[in-house]
Amino acid sequence: MKADLLTALNAERSARRPAIVVTDVGSGEQRLVKADAITADPLAADLDKHLRMNKSAMIEADGKKLFLNVYAPTARLLIIGAVHISQALAPLAASLGYEVTVVDPRTAFASPERFPDVPVVAEWPDVALPPLNVDRYTAFVALTHDPKIDDPALLHALSRDCFYIGALGSRKTHGRRLDRLKEQGATDSSLARIHAPIGLAIGAVSPAEIAVSIMAEITARLRLPQEKAA
Amino acid sequence: MLTNDNDILKAAEDWQKAGRGVALATVVETWGSAPRPTGSNLVINDEGAFLGSVSGGCVEGAVVTEALDVIASGKPKMLEFGVADETAWNVGLSCGGTIRVFVEKVGS
Repeated sequence: MKADLLTALNAERSARRPAIVVTDVGSGEQRLVKADAITADPLAADLDKHLRMNKSAMIEADGKKLFLNVYAPTARLLIIGAVHISQALAPLAASLGYEVTVVDPRTAFASPERFPDVPVVAEWPDVALPPLNVDRYTAFVALTHDPKIDDPALLHALSRDCFYIGALGSRKTHGRRLDRLKEQGATDSSLARIHAPIGLAIGAVSPAEIAVSIMAEITARLRLPQEKAA
Repeated sequence: MLTNDNDILKAAEDWQKAGRGVALATVVETWGSAPRPTGSNLVINDEGAFLGSVSGGCVEGAVVTEALDVIASGKPKMLEFGVADETAWNVGLSCGGTIRVFVEKVGS
């Protein structure tokens, strides 16, 4: 790999833009295809397919064996609510390789003392979320239990193609939440994207156990074919 | 410290900029049960330091040795590891799969 190709690849990755490295494994010849250059590329169909599946693979083109290495951005977890569960969830998600950000407008909760190693944004969702650029490599969880904070945050998540959306609360709480979000214009099909009650049913009780159940559900959504992850 | 893919490629860039010889190993094909998916990276420098993985630790030693050759020669290599391979007795995959690993020099 040429040094300038590696530098360019790392620049794409730090900007959270997907990129594909195409290597002719016969000759060692190599090139970088950035996401926005895929449609104009001679291998557009293959590149697009493998990027969507987020799967690196060997292909054959013009009698050459080419390796497509798909570099998708690191998965990210956006936590709404600097609550007790979040204090367990943030380090757990970080250990699984997620880039974690916590958003909570309540400065008593959103303090660096409570979240020593995680960026905490002490702003309301309407201010905090747009610059965070919620993308399809983002998992989004709303944990405050406070509709003033969770509702606008969830509406923002529903307007983006993040791969997972979860919300804390019992079935009853979630039922009332769905009614409120519908009144604000959300459709049934978009509301069906919200996983609630949040997390896999493993009988979690403590904040740390609930964090495990949330990360298990997010992992399933990320890794399993969709019908199995439901 | 556990490293993610960003750290691994950044380390390769940093090592190269610091004047080290660096090789990048990538899992390009797998058959059967394989510990790391295609696209997984291992970076190696000329002091034998490495980050990332191409298997569960079964063949990293052999890949590092080959990588030092690649750093010296500048020529990429395709390595194959599996139970059917003669090297299996030394460094094969205990899980019974086969992997092919492309090793290339960084910087030219």
